[in-house]
Amino acid sequence: MTNDAPIVEDELQAYVDGRLPEARRAAVDAYLARHPDVRERVALEMRQRASLRGQLDSKFAEPVPPRLWVANIQAARRATMTRRLKGVAAGVLLFAVGAGTGWLAADRPGAVSASAPLATTGVAQSANAAYRTFVVEVAHPVEVASAQQAHLLQWLSRRLGKPLVAPDLTPYGYTLMGGRLLPGDGSAAAQLMYDDASGKRLTLYVRAAEGSETAFRFQREGDAATFAWIDRGFGFAVTAPVAREELMPIAEAVYRTFGSVNSSK
Amino acid sequence: MTDPGPLIEPHIPALRRYAFALVRDRDRADDLVQDTLERALSRWLLRRPDGDVRAWLFTILRNLHVNAWRRDRRHGTAVAMDEVTMPAVAARQEAAVEVHDVLAALDQLPEEQKSLLLLVGVEDFSYDDAARILGMPIGTVMSRLSRARQRLRSVVETGKVALLRRVK
Repeated sequence: MTNDAPIVEDELQAYVDGRLPEARRAAVDAYLARHPDVRERVALEMRQRASLRGQLDSKFAEPVPPRLWVANIQAARRATMTRRLKGVAAGVLLFAVGAGTGWLAADRPGAVSASAPLATTGVAQSANAAYRTFVVEVAHPVEVASAQQAHLLQWLSRRLGKPLVAPDLTPYGYTLMGGRLLPGDGSAAAQLMYDDASGKRLTLYVRAAEGSETAFRFQREGDAATFAWIDRGFGFAVTAPVAREELMPIAEAVYRTFGSVNSSK
Repeated sequence: MTDPGPLIEPHIPALRRYAFALVRDRDRADDLVQDTLERALSRWLLRRPDGDVRAWLFTILRNLHVNAWRRDRRHGTAVAMDEVTMPAVAARQEAAVEVHDVLAALDQLPEEQKSLLLLVGVEDFSYDDAARILGMPIGTVMSRLSRARQRLRSVVETGKVALLRRVK
């Protein structure tokens, strides 16, 4: 931009805002000196700009009221979130229940995928990480205890008009301890935790996942064995510190729970 | 997770100032800021980590304001902003003061023009940032700004005319 280029309206606006490049300021000044009508208009706009700022100065200087303190808003949010998370954990499972249809038709429930499909692996790994984090937890293994969860599952089922269940694994010696909500891969994930008489813990992990695979994928990390599968946008993983043969029927039972609930509607 | 508090807190006085200029009511302005902060905290992890927190907060506040305004209009409690004309200023008894009350005159402008003048003229956002906050093409900011200032001048001018007529 040269210094003798004609002055355009955009530059006058930038002049009003004090944002005109230094190199052009003299040219605009000279232009305004030659055009008193424009000069008067620009001066008025500058006065109005200044008085608007002036009128709002006192608002800016006011002390921030306590209800707008971030710490206070965070505290209030934590209180409502604790209540809400309990509902969401059950809600994620609800969607999982609906996702089981057609699973059996597409493949035998016992079929184990020979390849290592990426999406299933992702679910298995997330489930495993979540398992490792919370299975050792003594004070707070679950966020929502099973008693409370039963109430929430019922409440959500009624409210949404869709069946919602936590799989019954008592035939395998595992009873539901409760559940928690976790961050999933870009969405929420739910972890239900079960334990048996000896205190051995098993988790069922559910989250939204890409892909339409239907076969089980087995994975072992240390002593934790995981069966994971994906169906219609949801990933499931069952993890426990047991042998593959022991875990397989449990994974099938979990599948059957979702499948039967869905088909009985 | 980093505590969002220290990154958000420095901008609250400016958010209150913008909100107050938009709604012109002390409590409703702070309601708007509170909604903004709640929204910001709930989406803290979803924001662009390299993004400008200040511009992000102003975007949230402005969107909440516009959405609330649209809701009000559906329920018939507000006047369409494009159709707002002069009666408010002309009807005021203290019209002599109004001539210099740019904040009141600003109320006669469509929301977009009002926001643009506030973001650029008071909050010192760059033209590009203001365009992004308001969701307008960057290339149109300067001409919109020019029109907004022209309209503000004419509102103040009309207020003056109304005053003179009343005094006679």
